[in-house]
Amino acid sequence: MALRERPLSPHLQVYRWQITMVMSILHRASGVLLTLAALGLAWWLLALDAGGDHYMRAARLLASPFGLIGLFGISLALVYHLLNGVRHLLWDMGWGFEISDTYRSGWAVAVLTIVLTAAIWYSALGAHA
Amino acid sequence: MSNIGTAGAPDRAPRPDYRTPLKRVRGLGSAKSGVAHWWRQRITAIVMLVLIPWLVGLFVSFVGVDAESARHAVARPWNTVALMAFVIAGFWHAKLGMQVVIEDYVHVRWLEVTLQVLVTLACALAALASLYALIHIAVTTAPYYR
Repeated sequence: MALRERPLSPHLQVYRWQITMVMSILHRASGVLLTLAALGLAWWLLALDAGGDHYMRAARLLASPFGLIGLFGISLALVYHLLNGVRHLLWDMGWGFEISDTYRSGWAVAVLTIVLTAAIWYSALGAHA
Repeated sequence: MSNIGTAGAPDRAPRPDYRTPLKRVRGLGSAKSGVAHWWRQRITAIVMLVLIPWLVGLFVSFVGVDAESARHAVARPWNTVALMAFVIAGFWHAKLGMQVVIEDYVHVRWLEVTLQVLVTLACALAALASLYALIHIAVTTAPYYR
């Protein structure tokens, strides 16, 4: 393929940071993280099937500080990607394209992400405290 | 009165067709797959949207329980079915999303193609391994309820 210098549109760094752009970047980043997490789910299911020491090793790793930080990140990414995904589905149906709507839905996703992630961890850990 | 028959949207004129004859001849466009990618991404998303609240509840219930209890919960018929559906939709959705990320950011052709193949194989392998584990757990764990 012939490579030729072609004019490029401005890159991200020329723009002032704004919530719509941050949300878009985070949607992709959380998606990539969740792909890795999905591989972790396959590993956990295989460990559960193998049982015994295999499962105990997996459970210990997940309960370690490293594992808990990983799980927290995954839960945050999951809730965020899910909620922002709903935002995308609504856009697909033609809803919420006004600038003010995109800002409002963006903030709603941000706040709900924190609330729902906190609720998940409260029910996961609070029940045992 | 050209709007008769468009009840509820009187301001909306019939949509003109902007496609050129060439576009119609070429059918599925430059990607050679039409809008299939877009639709599959949305359908798998909606499947997961339904399943995730349920499965998050299931996984939260695994905190602090032993392997046997977790195994019995996974082996419950509807939990197995929900997890199998989630694994299929999830790895499919992941493959479609990673495909777009790679298309957008990797501009060295051989590397791009290599990554696309690796992502596809990794997602297929992980999905098959997950389904194997789920089926094996289901058929080797009895009784289903306790």
